[in-house]
Amino acid sequence: MAEFWRWKEYNWKDPDKDWKTAKMITAGIDVGSVSSQAVIATDGELYAYSSMRTGSNSPDSARKALEWALQDTGMKQENIQYVVGTGYGRVNVPFANKAITEIACHARGANFMAGNSVRTILDMGGQDCKAIHCDEKGKVTNFLMNDKCAAGTGRGMEVIADLLAVPIEQVGELSFNVPEEPEPVSSTCVVFAKSEAMGLLKDGWTKSKVLAAYCLAMAKRVSELLERIGVEKEFFITGGIAKNAGVVKRLEQVIGISAVQSKYDSQLAGALGAALFGQALLQKEKAAGKVA
Amino acid sequence: MLANYGYKDGSGEYFVTIDTDKCTSCPHHGCIDGCPEHIYEMITDDYDDNVSAVRRDVRNTLKYLCAACKPTTGRGVLPCMAACTPGAITHSW
Repeated sequence: MAEFWRWKEYNWKDPDKDWKTAKMITAGIDVGSVSSQAVIATDGELYAYSSMRTGSNSPDSARKALEWALQDTGMKQENIQYVVGTGYGRVNVPFANKAITEIACHARGANFMAGNSVRTILDMGGQDCKAIHCDEKGKVTNFLMNDKCAAGTGRGMEVIADLLAVPIEQVGELSFNVPEEPEPVSSTCVVFAKSEAMGLLKDGWTKSKVLAAYCLAMAKRVSELLERIGVEKEFFITGGIAKNAGVVKRLEQVIGISAVQSKYDSQLAGALGAALFGQALLQKEKAAGKVA
Repeated sequence: MLANYGYKDGSGEYFVTIDTDKCTSCPHHGCIDGCPEHIYEMITDDYDDNVSAVRRDVRNTLKYLCAACKPTTGRGVLPCMAACTPGAITHSW
C-alpha cells in the first residue's frame, strides 16, 4: 500500500570543503517527534547533513542520522569534537556532550540561515508548532507553543495527504489549483479535520479544494499563535511545513508579512543551531584549557 | 528570555514568568528564599547562564501553592516579587 505521507529522506555534503583542514568540527543532532536531522559543521560552516524519519528508538535514530551524514565524507564520529543534542529526543542522544532545547537551537539556526535581522521565527514541526522571538544574536527573548493537538503541524498534513492519496511533496502546489479559496476546515483537531475532509469529498469537492481548505485552516491556526506573541520583522519559518507553499503563502496573506527566504533547507534549523552551539561551547572549553 | 512556567485549566491561566536576562545580572537570587513555598531554584540555561526557574515538580500545582500569598482581599506585593530585586518575576493571575 502506498504511503503518501512518506517524504523523501536525504543526505548531503559540501563537495568544495575539506574537513581535514578544519580547526573545529562540531555536530548537531535534532531528534524530533517525526524527523531526525544531523548536521556537521566545520569551523562554524555547514559541511554535511542528513534528514530521516525518527524511529521508535531515539538513540538509534540519532546514531543513524549521524552515520548517514558522515557517509562518503571519510570522517568518523571520533573526528567530531563536540556534539549537541536537541529536539524532543535530545536527552536520548548517547554521544552528545550537551542537550539544548530546540527552541534555542531553532533561533540560533534561523539567525545563521536567514541573517541577523530575523526577529520572529515560526517553527512548524512534526507534532508541535512554536512562535519564537529572538535578538540579533539569535538568542531567544520569548516564545509560545501550540496547545495539545497536532492540528497545525506536519503530522496533521501527513494525515490529510494520506487520506487524499496525494504525495506529501505535492500538497502545496495542488492546493492552488482552485478557482477561488474555500472556507477553511476545522482547525481544532486533526481527527475532526479528517472527518470533515471525508465529508467534503463525498459532497463532491475536488482534492485540490479540500487541500486548499486544510492549508488555509493550518495557516489560520498558526497565525493565532503568532498574533499572541506578535510578529516583528524579519519573519522566518523553519521546520518541514516551511516547504509547503500552500500553507506558507496563505499564512503570509493572513498575517500580512512575507517570510524571509533562505538558501538552506528549513528543516535543518534545529540541528544546525545545535552544531553552532557546539562550536561556541567548544571554543569556550578550549579557552578554559579543558580541551586541546 | 521570558521563561513561562505553569499551566492553564478550565478555571484560568496560572503562569509565573521569569525574565532570565534580568537574573543573570542579579547577585542575590532573593527569590530562592523569598518564596514561602520554595518554588524557585537556580539552573544553568541553554546559554550557560545561571538563572532562576520554577521547580519542575511544582509547575502543575502553582494555583494552589501560590494561593496563600494571594488572598481575595488585602493582597500586597507577593513575597517572591518583593524579594526579586531586578524585578524579573511576574504572575499571570
